[in-house]
Amino acid sequence: MNGADVPTTILRSLAGFADPAFLGIVLLSLKVTLSAVGLAGLVGFPLGAALALGRFPGRGLVIVVVNAFMGLPPVVAGLAVFLLLSRSGPFGGLGLLFTPGAMMVAQFVLVLPIIVALTRQTIEDLWIEYRDQLTSMGADRLRAIPTLLWDARFSLVTTLLAGLGRASAEVGAILIVGGNIAGFTRTMTTAIALETSKGDLPLALGLGAVLMTLTFTINGLAFSVSRLGARYAG
Amino acid sequence: MLRRTLITAAVAIALAPAASFAQDRFITVASTTSTMDSGLFGHILPIFEGKTGIKVRVVAQGTGQALDTGRRGDADVLFVHARAQELKFVEEGYSTKRLPVMYNDFVVVGPKADPAGVGGTKDVAAAFKAIAEKKIPFVSRGDKSGTHLAEVALWKVAGLDLAAVRGEWYREVGQGMGAALNTAGAMGAYTLSDRATWIAFKNKGELTISVEGDKRLFNQYGVMLVNPAKFPSVKAADGQAFVDWLVSKEGQDAIAGYKIQGQQLFFPNAGDPNA
Amino acid sequence: MRATTSILPLSLDGVALEIDGRLLLAVERAEIRKGRRTVVLGPNGAGKTLFLKLCHGLIRPTAGRIAFAGDHADRRHAMVFQKPVMLRRSVEANLTHALGLAGLGFFERRRRATEVLATFGLADLARRPARVLSGGEQQRLAIARAASVDPELLFLDEPASALDPSATRRIEDLLGELHAGGLTWVMTTHDLAQARRLADDVLFFHGGRLLEAAPAETFFTAPGTEEARAFLESRLFW
Repeated sequence: MNGADVPTTILRSLAGFADPAFLGIVLLSLKVTLSAVGLAGLVGFPLGAALALGRFPGRGLVIVVVNAFMGLPPVVAGLAVFLLLSRSGPFGGLGLLFTPGAMMVAQFVLVLPIIVALTRQTIEDLWIEYRDQLTSMGADRLRAIPTLLWDARFSLVTTLLAGLGRASAEVGAILIVGGNIAGFTRTMTTAIALETSKGDLPLALGLGAVLMTLTFTINGLAFSVSRLGARYAG
Repeated sequence: MLRRTLITAAVAIALAPAASFAQDRFITVASTTSTMDSGLFGHILPIFEGKTGIKVRVVAQGTGQALDTGRRGDADVLFVHARAQELKFVEEGYSTKRLPVMYNDFVVVGPKADPAGVGGTKDVAAAFKAIAEKKIPFVSRGDKSGTHLAEVALWKVAGLDLAAVRGEWYREVGQGMGAALNTAGAMGAYTLSDRATWIAFKNKGELTISVEGDKRLFNQYGVMLVNPAKFPSVKAADGQAFVDWLVSKEGQDAIAGYKIQGQQLFFPNAGDPNA
Repeated sequence: MRATTSILPLSLDGVALEIDGRLLLAVERAEIRKGRRTVVLGPNGAGKTLFLKLCHGLIRPTAGRIAFAGDHADRRHAMVFQKPVMLRRSVEANLTHALGLAGLGFFERRRRATEVLATFGLADLARRPARVLSGGEQQRLAIARAASVDPELLFLDEPASALDPSATRRIEDLLGELHAGGLTWVMTTHDLAQARRLADDVLFFHGGRLLEAAPAETFFTAPGTEEARAFLESRLFW
């Protein structure tokens, strides 16, 4: 690799947003990651809150398991989803393997524990502050959940971002279940892996730069929105 | 109200993509990293897709993994390069027929400094022997790919018992061809590569071809439709159309027409009954 | 919403709260009577807040009986905490949320909230986020929120302790209006002057014990215990 090429190639990749194939990869990455994180949020926020307020036998164990799954290796998640979605597996009939849907499932599995665990912590802390007030107003634990989730919304944005970080940076799981099919399941990270293996390191670096730029942008936007919101709502 | 609108929008964004992955006409082909990394598919698939309207989704894996994907029923067509394994696959009933498509050859790639002193020789057996005796670093794919199987066979041809002679100098990376080339370049090691991937590889650095032209470096590719009797989900008609096209004159011409820097990467030989 | 039978008087009999072998509160006998402004007096740490929480049902006593006169009393007493939690939403939404939890329907909630905002002089602040209000405004909202569900009995824990004199004055006026409107309230304070201004009845706590329960004139002119005398003369050390 010629060192002088690198900045040029990165610029070329950034300018490559105009290229429909490249744009397709970026859009697919965003689509898969945002839907996986969005769905994980829809499921994970109530689950995390329920885990924070619920009192049931084995709760401690569940918390430990969820916390441990935050560190679930992506390839393990990928392999598990692969075996489930394979034609020879229990959900083979869905025909999801090697589709963006399968990648969403894999990332959902990776992100959900993070969202549940962080939400539980946030809601548990908020409950300490709100408990007397809400109980006095006549809310039992179940009815307190939506109130607490809404009042914790600015902290929960950060929780979503943590999930987004894990999903967008991840390559092991989506490579296994998506198959890195050109124009169909090729994302930013699998494209980077492919270009590296083709020895086109400048292009791989350029793609990496684009991915970083996107990640910065999304995080910056989310941070500003939640900052502004927090300032407005106190 | 703005708040409610935002929530609705967020939910819609989260759910929409799940529904929008439209299912048009397509087949899934499990193939090897060499056909993908070399860019062959990028050249021939648009021709096939333009003609038939059938989208080809290629999952590039090592030959061993690709065959396993077929055994699980997760692909419609296999396009790989390990003749013995392919015949076994047919024998087990996972496919009814294997057809030869094309060939290229393997090359031994190594550092320009040539620490094993094998540069320019045509005798791959002698070269392997020299590398093993001098314990010069050698990068093996180690992933049961077609290239890996070919490499293992070549140690035998050289009269060496790999299990006995292997040591710290023999390094299995367990990855695709490109990754193995990157590793070999970084470690000043030799490795076995298919010629197509080597030509298309952009990070050659200090690597060069050390051994080429030995008949024993021949690399045959075959294609198989996964047996629809075993897996009803296999798209038999569209998959067969792809198989037929590959071995047709048009498909063979398309393969022959793929060149990088004026060099032809694959040589069609669908008509060869012995391939 | 107001039921025909009153939940008052509220009577406590042999009530004790013990946690880990430590006696935190003991109330031999006490009664909160309808229409009386009861001030719970005592130095910091005397057990005033615990007393309110026990009466409000947030904490269960480990011994004794806390009994309201009527049935279904739960929904008919409310509490304003010393540091009320302002929900992270608008002033109006704070009210509609409380009303929703009290069981009011979607439209009824809104109608009632508008009414309460006007009554408590909060109409101009309706759209403001509750958390950015001043301390006095927050306290007023907290009282409005507790009173919005139309309770018969209201507990207030040091409602003016963090406020400047003019904001304190407004809160006291507000409590006077609520009382005139038929609400019975119980308020804790450690501010003697405030107690003198507002109290009909006094409950005096010290060291976790209810030491005196008396009408205000009696308590302020002829306290029955040495601790109360010391407190009134500001020489009680705590």
